[in-house]
Amino acid sequence: MTTKPKVSKAELAEQFRAFIDPDYVITDDETMKPYECDGMSMYCEMPLLVVLPETVEQVQRVMRICNENAVPVVARGAGTGLSAGAMPNKEGVVLSLAKFNRIIDIDPLARTARLQPGVRNLAISEDAAQFGLYYGPDPSSQIACTIGGNVAENSGGVHCLKYGLTVHNILSVEMVTAEGDVVNVGSDGLDSCGMDLLALMTGSEGLLGVVTEVKVKLLPKPEVAQVVMAGFDDVQKGGDAVGGIISHGIIPGGLEMMDGHAIIAADDFAQAGYPRDAKALLLCEVDGTEEEVHEHIAEAEEVFRKLGATSVRTSQSEEERALLWKGRKSAFPAVGRISPDYYCMDGTIPRRHIAYVLTEMEKMSEEFGLRVANVFHAGDGNLHPLILFDANVPGEFERTEAFGSRILEMCVEVGGCITGEHGVGVEKIRQMAVQFNDEELQQFHDVKAAFDPAGILNPGKGVPALRFCQEYRSLEHKQHTHEHTEAAHG
Amino acid sequence: MADISQQLKEQVLQARDSGHKLNIVGGGTKAFMGREADVDAGTLNVGEHTGIVDYHPVELVLTVRAGTPLSEIEATLAEEGQCLHFEPPHFGAASTIGGTLACNLSGPGRPWAGSVRDQVLGIRLLNGKGEHLRFGGQVMKNVAGYDVSRLQAGALGTLGVITEISMKVMPKPAASLTLVQEMGMDEVIHYMNSRAAEPKPITAACWVDGKVYLRLAGAKSGVEATAEKWSGEVMEQGDEFWRQVQDMQHEFFAGNDVPLWRFSVGSTAATPKLEGTWFIDWAGSQRWFRGAGELKDMEPAARAAGGQVSLFRGGDRTAEVMHHQPEALKGIQRRIKNAFDPDNIFNPGRLYSWL
Repeated sequence: MTTKPKVSKAELAEQFRAFIDPDYVITDDETMKPYECDGMSMYCEMPLLVVLPETVEQVQRVMRICNENAVPVVARGAGTGLSAGAMPNKEGVVLSLAKFNRIIDIDPLARTARLQPGVRNLAISEDAAQFGLYYGPDPSSQIACTIGGNVAENSGGVHCLKYGLTVHNILSVEMVTAEGDVVNVGSDGLDSCGMDLLALMTGSEGLLGVVTEVKVKLLPKPEVAQVVMAGFDDVQKGGDAVGGIISHGIIPGGLEMMDGHAIIAADDFAQAGYPRDAKALLLCEVDGTEEEVHEHIAEAEEVFRKLGATSVRTSQSEEERALLWKGRKSAFPAVGRISPDYYCMDGTIPRRHIAYVLTEMEKMSEEFGLRVANVFHAGDGNLHPLILFDANVPGEFERTEAFGSRILEMCVEVGGCITGEHGVGVEKIRQMAVQFNDEELQQFHDVKAAFDPAGILNPGKGVPALRFCQEYRSLEHKQHTHEHTEAAHG
Repeated sequence: MADISQQLKEQVLQARDSGHKLNIVGGGTKAFMGREADVDAGTLNVGEHTGIVDYHPVELVLTVRAGTPLSEIEATLAEEGQCLHFEPPHFGAASTIGGTLACNLSGPGRPWAGSVRDQVLGIRLLNGKGEHLRFGGQVMKNVAGYDVSRLQAGALGTLGVITEISMKVMPKPAASLTLVQEMGMDEVIHYMNSRAAEPKPITAACWVDGKVYLRLAGAKSGVEATAEKWSGEVMEQGDEFWRQVQDMQHEFFAGNDVPLWRFSVGSTAATPKLEGTWFIDWAGSQRWFRGAGELKDMEPAARAAGGQVSLFRGGDRTAEVMHHQPEALKGIQRRIKNAFDPDNIFNPGRLYSWL
């Protein structure tokens, strides 16, 4: 854990200005204001100061100064994170990597791209398109989010089941350690000798090092992609259809599900032609060679019909495919239109429990007096319940948080986990105590100390201090035991 | 089929109390890997910790005790038309899933299907304090806490005893077919990488003895249409050929007289000029080399090719067998080891002399 910083704000700023353009050592509240939160805007904090270095050497010097003086460092990309992982520390420095925004090179034959961490996710695929290649993980914030942040969060997207998460799509990272050393983890080979530090770094939420370069793998763009939309009059049938496709041996490029509330909100927003009376909607995208897609689309249509779909529609053109996706991709802003505020959750569950989980959630919705709409990365069991609330109504956000906590606990009870892709950050730090016991959490703290002995990197995020866990678990409504295994309901 | 985790835990605690070391053994088929085991250490036998704990074909998730033989797992999956997509090498009937993860071993499909590390979703691990911990989960996505599960891949058991593994499994491809043609070693690197850059159902690419082998797999129509467009003869015994490659039963790997080196390098890098013979797999990313020499002679060649080298089998196993680590990384790895196994109980010196 960090101790009290040994320098004042003015001294620190002066030290940084000796080697960083003074315009990019920000100390005034007005200019620092945009850094007070990330995409999780309910959690805010003003930092001590903000620095925007532009060379790796400058990052090293920042880290050395902060390490010597026990000053917390919060690395930041585009600030699109949804768990307050980039929320500043009030006694610390925000280390923005915004100036590291260069695509260093793309090697079309090796199918790799070398990137500075501030390169936007979508920019990789846009640049690689000239070679018929693209970068697999496509989080919904991909227009803005950066590859450095993707590594920190192990970001996914709608194509994970087939193409994997960030951890499956990177070859190496260059990082600056808490002590200011530059180390390379991974290589141009598909694996390296010894323990897999690249996997450990991926998803470590800025607690283990500052990534200053990333080498990613690129994939050949599929010849064809087509999407089948299937509507169901019952959530259970929709859930069964997900299993049906997969048991049939088809691994869709994307497999998304929406519940009745999300269907209507998304259709109002995008006019995608969704079946508005359906209780569950599946979008199943198949990609590959022309022959393969043709074969699998026909099979998918048949599976959906057999499993009771009330409507089945297959995209016949790129325009139609884009339209069908438009509704899903705009589900968040669509829900934003029907409520002053919404809170996006990120639990994962074994797919077979989808109907149970959605039904329970409806009950909780009544109990808490808050509406909830669900979009679901059905292929990989990643649920995004959107709780609708009004932050201007006193107590409503607190009620929303309590509802959210219950949802995450239910995810753990059925054998899932508290976060599939948004990370723990500050937001879900209390629920870590539900998914892990004290020995496991202590092991995480020990891993952290191996990289960051002084505890300056993103302190207070990701892994809770054990004393808080005991308090959280002992709260009256959290009396269920620390149950890791299968759901009690079967 | 037995859960002996309690017994394993007691053995670890006993070793800790008495200051003894433990060599972790599963099926014992990978004893040749890593540095020579510490002869004074006791044996911790995980081979009897077996059985499938949970398997739901529609979830594509399998949870299994670490001592379970690969063959048993594959037979169970096959009944549901599924498989271990990373094609683990069997070095004998006793090869286990735990050892496969600890050694990070994957077969010819690895660049496309992913490695054993890629498929791991969660583990249970006995650390050096005798704590039986659970990391990751049984779902495709889980970013709560550090990825301790995948950290184990390649650690050769130095961080603890893997007792249970949850992993992603996949449907068996409906059809597969292998194309073979003659090609020189210099030419083949460009050829394999160009093929891999096409959006076609390629799932393996290797070169040995002047011939390049490409495997196509997936929907029958897609496989056949691609085979018609690409050059090369359809190989009659394609599946058998890949099975030999997977299990390192191909004659290139035969015999123990000449050391076997593994170069994990950039797929497009030129093959190093060394005295010996090469087997190029993973479309160029994994290159096997048979030839005499020391690790320090091989390392510059591996570095120039953007990767690392290890002495996979044979040679001097009292010296280092894994690519040299820079000081900063050594420090981090020592501290990670200390975080999991503070008394240095597990597999001492097996990965590096200094760990």
